Amino acid sequence: MPKDSGIGASNKRREDIRFLTGTGNYTDDINLNGQAYAHIVRSDMAHGTINSIDVSAAEAIDGVVKVFTAADFEGVGGIPCGWQVTDRHGQPMQEPKHPILAEGKVRHVGDPICVIVAETAELARDAADALNIDITELPAVIDMKDALADGATKVHDDLTNNLCYDWGFGSEDLDAVQNAFDTAHHVTTLELKNNRLVANPMEPRVAVGDYARHSDESTLYTTSQNPHVIRLLMGAFVLGIPEHKLRVVAPDVGGGFGAKIYHYAEEAIVTFAAKALGRPVKWTSSRSEAFVSDAHGRDHVTKIELAMDKEGKFLAVRTDTHANMGAYLSTFAPSIPTWLHGTLMAGNYTTPLIHVNVKAVFTNTTPVDAYRGAGRPEATFQLERVIDKAAREMGMDPVEIRRKNFITEFPYATPVAVEYDTGDYHATMDALLAKSDHAGFEARAAQSKANGKLRGFGIAHYIEACGIAPSALVGQLGARAGLYESATVRVNATGGLVVMTGSHSHGQGHETSFAQVVAEMIGIDESMVEIVHGDTANTPMGMGTYGSRSLAVGGSALVRATEKIINKAKKVAAHLMEAAEGDIELKDGQFTVAGTDKSVAWGDVTLAAYVPHNYPLEEIEPGLEETAFYDPANFTYPSGAYGCEVEVDPETGKVTVLGFTAADDFGNVVNPMIVEGQVHGGLAQGIGQALLENCAYDENGQLISASYMDYAMPRADDLPNFTVDHSSVTPCTHNPLGVKGCGEAGAIGSPPALVNAVIDALQRGGHDVAHIDMPLTPGRVWAAMNG
Amino acid sequence: MYNFEFSKPSTVADAVAALASEDAQALGGGQTLLPTMKQRLAQPETLVSLTGIDELKGVCQGDNGAVVVGGATTHATVAADAAALYPALAALASHIGDPQVRNRGTIGGSLANNDPAACYPAAALGSGATITTNKRDIAADDYFQGMFTTALEEGEIITSVSFPVPEAANYQKFVQPASRFAMVGIFVAKYSDGVRVAVTGASEDGVYRWSEAEAALSSNFSASALSDLSVSSDGMITDLHATAAYRAHLVKVMTGRAVAAAS
Repeated sequence: MPKDSGIGASNKRREDIRFLTGTGNYTDDINLNGQAYAHIVRSDMAHGTINSIDVSAAEAIDGVVKVFTAADFEGVGGIPCGWQVTDRHGQPMQEPKHPILAEGKVRHVGDPICVIVAETAELARDAADALNIDITELPAVIDMKDALADGATKVHDDLTNNLCYDWGFGSEDLDAVQNAFDTAHHVTTLELKNNRLVANPMEPRVAVGDYARHSDESTLYTTSQNPHVIRLLMGAFVLGIPEHKLRVVAPDVGGGFGAKIYHYAEEAIVTFAAKALGRPVKWTSSRSEAFVSDAHGRDHVTKIELAMDKEGKFLAVRTDTHANMGAYLSTFAPSIPTWLHGTLMAGNYTTPLIHVNVKAVFTNTTPVDAYRGAGRPEATFQLERVIDKAAREMGMDPVEIRRKNFITEFPYATPVAVEYDTGDYHATMDALLAKSDHAGFEARAAQSKANGKLRGFGIAHYIEACGIAPSALVGQLGARAGLYESATVRVNATGGLVVMTGSHSHGQGHETSFAQVVAEMIGIDESMVEIVHGDTANTPMGMGTYGSRSLAVGGSALVRATEKIINKAKKVAAHLMEAAEGDIELKDGQFTVAGTDKSVAWGDVTLAAYVPHNYPLEEIEPGLEETAFYDPANFTYPSGAYGCEVEVDPETGKVTVLGFTAADDFGNVVNPMIVEGQVHGGLAQGIGQALLENCAYDENGQLISASYMDYAMPRADDLPNFTVDHSSVTPCTHNPLGVKGCGEAGAIGSPPALVNAVIDALQRGGHDVAHIDMPLTPGRVWAAMNG
Repeated sequence: MYNFEFSKPSTVADAVAALASEDAQALGGGQTLLPTMKQRLAQPETLVSLTGIDELKGVCQGDNGAVVVGGATTHATVAADAAALYPALAALASHIGDPQVRNRGTIGGSLANNDPAACYPAAALGSGATITTNKRDIAADDYFQGMFTTALEEGEIITSVSFPVPEAANYQKFVQPASRFAMVGIFVAKYSDGVRVAVTGASEDGVYRWSEAEAALSSNFSASALSDLSVSSDGMITDLHATAAYRAHLVKVMTGRAVAAAS
């Protein structure tokens, strides 16, 4: 029976009332008294030397308040990188300075050069025409392998070369890896690209800076997934403002997908400018700016090799990846191709020997960082593609080759440093095959063939590491932050609760699902629970929302804080009923004394806590408010089997996605409807990557997919109806809710399933095509079919 | 967007007068011009809106049987009001852009702009339409002069477009996945005196007639008539979305599909 409230209920999202009626409060809705407007003047060249900037004519325009250049930020730090990767030789990565505004050189199209602050946004933009900026264009390095060639133009003159780091990871006995390849029955090799993407949240970035001279307090309103992280990075490393003098507010945020994790220059610019000018300063990104200034995602070029015995058992995996960092290191960029990618190269399989090699490369392009999935999609894509190719080369069924190699005993320590706590990969594969009517595929394929079309079915099985992350572990790996989460539960006198979480909701529905958890624990109606997030002034220090971490880590903090509340409330109830604390039970919002008919209601206890006339004051403090911080013991490991069914038009190469089935194991599920919605969104983005989206630069570093006229976002009619199943449940063993996380799964598992399906269709049509790089545009598919 | 003067006359004569001022530009539905101005890539001193002129709006059937569409008629109106008179034209209009575009964009604006990937130029050229301006009648064969280039003179306004109605016609659009403009669009129309085939989206010279296909189809109006023809990739557009060779291939495939759908 589906539940109608609490954990497991598909409650409608309470936040949708404001989102769907236009009453949300987004950063761009915030307009402060006396506010001025910032326009960022950006480089239209990929690489160049700034000879001079003359702002005098622009500043002379009536209504222009000030034009800032790098010189104004001399006393200000650069934008920090939050993760230091150590290379294969034990040396730290090369880490260039990332100035707020370009100093001496511009390094990518979109690199900010000047900030014009004016009375109106239009005036600020008009005044840009009056700037006199003299830049000598330099040769740009765009292709990663070109960037590593001897004598290549350097993105940063003060670095040795364009190599950020050369990282090796995995099985320590490299002779054993080599021997496995030398003696294998068969080795399958695949070279592929994981295409660069633009995150494209519906709401572009916005930042509003404010400064109160009387209290010397700065406030930043910003479109962020993690306001405390921004407060720490910007306060401590950039502007030198202590936390107690800096408030960061991320109100309603219209989608993040990773691109709103990072600390961006514009946040520091408006905060700095507000203080410098003594008035609020607002910047709103245009969509065009978003294309060149939001951190991009993916952009890996990889060679993967898989060694097998004659039965198709995996003996060893070796990968060699070039990962594009862009022109500067965005906040978490170095960690994505390393610790969020290399650690997943075991996939769901018992491969005993794994060796991962990654070269991170600077190029004259927009910085690249985490995008929904972040490293895990890149790992899953290459692994699930090479397995499919191996199955074909070995004459094996793609389901069987996977089943033959599935990990079945848990906990399982992989050769790439992580330990899976639980999972049941045969169960998710079974669910996929059943839900997708895999058995009926041949008949459907025959029907397509009769219609002159090629039908294919593709499978991918993924693993991801979510619930990011154990702080001590990531600290060893180079993270310059902890990755715990926090919650404060404040019970009011009349029994209602306000929960202040360090997680941030920007589409995930936390206000609904977090309330379901707390209400279920106490046994009260969800309407009595309010979830507050997004403001450093009224939430405990938290690390925010990304990496499918909020329920697994933030939810665990919430549970711990609520447990503290319940424990204290039981003491009060024991006092009120003159019973022993150990005999008190809480059920359906009533405290009872075990084995008696004595009871007090939740509201009686909360009232007693705040009106302590009859209260054990000698034993406990009045009031009912608790905070918990939760640092996870391990990552969580959601997994799932994805199946994609496509039809290819052999005359045009056009791919139509006919069906997509996602059978996931997310552990326990709090709100199945929200989880299904998360999977839908992830699938749309994954299918978008595989079929449509392509962030492309020309050889001069101009972004040629810089608007929706050329950057193809997935639309409803590009997508099939999704079949989503989460009947396979192996609860996480190390967090109190047994939850794993669901936000990124769809984007991780779907690209390889789709590409595998297209290759299957082409092979069935007699076309010996082994691989096509994403996106699988009609032209690319047609070209592959026609040699 | 830079500042500009705006006028919205109610007669063609007033519009012509307004367009005589320096750096004045006619505004149809604004579906290309306004985004260009927002990008600050166009800076007209004055915009002269043509959408307030009632005589430029609407669809009717002329004395010669041709379907006549007023220059300021929106795509949505053509889609609805030409459906019974010229179904292939109405179907083409109903797939331009999205509902917002179709309810703002006008046929005159589209033909005056002559985007090499727009749909309407294929319909006009493929139908042998006559483009009527405040000054003259221009045959479609003379009107289209290369991408974004037409026979229109400075300040000349398209007042109506007259489409002879064919015995059979069809438009096949293979969309560019991002913009959903035509990556290749083929308008095929069969008249008593022959078949016309207009190709949009493919050529660096904008919309053009595929004369070999016209000849073949005029003697045998079936897709099989195309089987011996080949399309050269010379002069075809290569961009992020498709190579010249692929576009050339699509011209033949989509022409066959248009013929099959029309017959």
